[in-house]
Amino acid sequence: MDTVIDQLPKSVDAAAALPACVNGLPNFEFPSIDTPSAFLRAFTDDASNPDVPIKPQHGTTTLAFKFQGGIIVAVDSRASAGSWIASQKVKKVLEINPFMLGTMAGGAADCQFWERWLGSQCRLYELRNKKRISVSAASKILANVTYHYKGSGLSMGTMVCGYSEKNNTLEPEIYYVDSDGSRVAGQLFSVGSGQTFAYGVLDQGYDYNLSVEDALTLGKRAIIAATHRDAYSGNSCNLYHLKPTGWVYHGNYDAAAEIWRLKEAEGSFNDIRTK
Amino acid sequence: MSRFNPYGDSSGGSSLAIAGADFAILAGDTRHSTGFSIDSRDQSQIADLGDGLFLTSNGFSADAKQLVDDLRTQIKWYHHNNNDHKLSISAAARTTMMLLYGKRFFPYYVNPIMIGMADDGTGAVYSFDPLGSYDREPSRAAGHASELLMPFLDNQVTFANQLDPQTGEPRKRLDLDLQTAVDLVKDAFTGAAERQVQVGDTLEIVILTKDGVDRQYYDLRRD
Repeated sequence: MDTVIDQLPKSVDAAAALPACVNGLPNFEFPSIDTPSAFLRAFTDDASNPDVPIKPQHGTTTLAFKFQGGIIVAVDSRASAGSWIASQKVKKVLEINPFMLGTMAGGAADCQFWERWLGSQCRLYELRNKKRISVSAASKILANVTYHYKGSGLSMGTMVCGYSEKNNTLEPEIYYVDSDGSRVAGQLFSVGSGQTFAYGVLDQGYDYNLSVEDALTLGKRAIIAATHRDAYSGNSCNLYHLKPTGWVYHGNYDAAAEIWRLKEAEGSFNDIRTK
Repeated sequence: MSRFNPYGDSSGGSSLAIAGADFAILAGDTRHSTGFSIDSRDQSQIADLGDGLFLTSNGFSADAKQLVDDLRTQIKWYHHNNNDHKLSISAAARTTMMLLYGKRFFPYYVNPIMIGMADDGTGAVYSFDPLGSYDREPSRAAGHASELLMPFLDNQVTFANQLDPQTGEPRKRLDLDLQTAVDLVKDAFTGAAERQVQVGDTLEIVILTKDGVDRQYYDLRRD
């Protein structure tokens, strides 16, 4: 495997372990061997081998879509390490700034670290240019990083969502960025192990002209459907609405309670039998 | 295929933390083992970082020691650079993330838990995954018995999926008082020592309140 990290000079200097920050980034340390990426895979990739010692936290359903009232972002809150539920209340929507949200799927640390770093890069852009960064520019900063580290073992699938100033008007934008270096603009995405289940609900209920209330309901409904069918998604749903004035948090909904409420209210989930 | 293996299996037993409205508790057993061999029955795994911060990191104990050394160095430099200003737990948690993520491609095999008092006077527990992902939580267990301890905490601290027999409504999580929390910690570890070979000997409990630090010791099974 010839990836970026395999070609970097290997440092065995103990002082290099200290995070001497350059541009807000730690001085990444690499093992002094020929193929660090194979080493990393052998010890941390629990998808290919469930017995690896170091299990990063994974698994998710996240979604975001544009509609007439802005952007809805909805996510679940489960983090699993192998089959162990490592956390039940992860914040998978990362508040990059009051006008931009990032979602978290894949490796929890990769998303948390790089999206926080992205937040500081966006703030620096604001200070240097006296205006807010566009979502396309911000997502490109992130995609440049993921492309640089391509093949080294990063794992992230994220949607960068927000409003950008275009031709003197504010327009909603969603960019999907992942650890392969892809960066795609679109109006409806779902990412993570439960994405197919969420898409099933979104595709049948989505309409650009949805009211804000109906759009929030659809986003939440799609996440609940995914928590029902995907073992790696669950626990609760966090809901956000992005408007030109910034994002608004619409609360946390327990998936276990929500499914009974939906069954009663919609007459859905009839595979769950009641006495 | 790389046969390079820098990770051993010597480690402390387990650790557990609970945050309260005005206290934080960090507990760990003092057994240290390599595989099924017991190396020590009196090896504290709770590191005092100074500034009212305490840390355990289960996983591989050599990596855990190095992480503690890294953190102490960071805190020392923070004091030199900032006129001995106390490092808040939120900043210490971010520093820990930077240290762990700096080794994203050569990870420390650790699952750290940090406790301290937050700026608003509440007890704080922060937990981390080996790569640095972290969050503030009401309670957390790590180490060999984490899969025994965590469900017990879900049941006794958060009352997950329990209905009040009187009202039929979900039981509300109450703010634990200190004594109840300490008793829960003792019960959790006596239970874990019953079923997990790497846990036992002595339970060390660090209790943090606005008045300072209290350490308690409690006997566990020694077999």
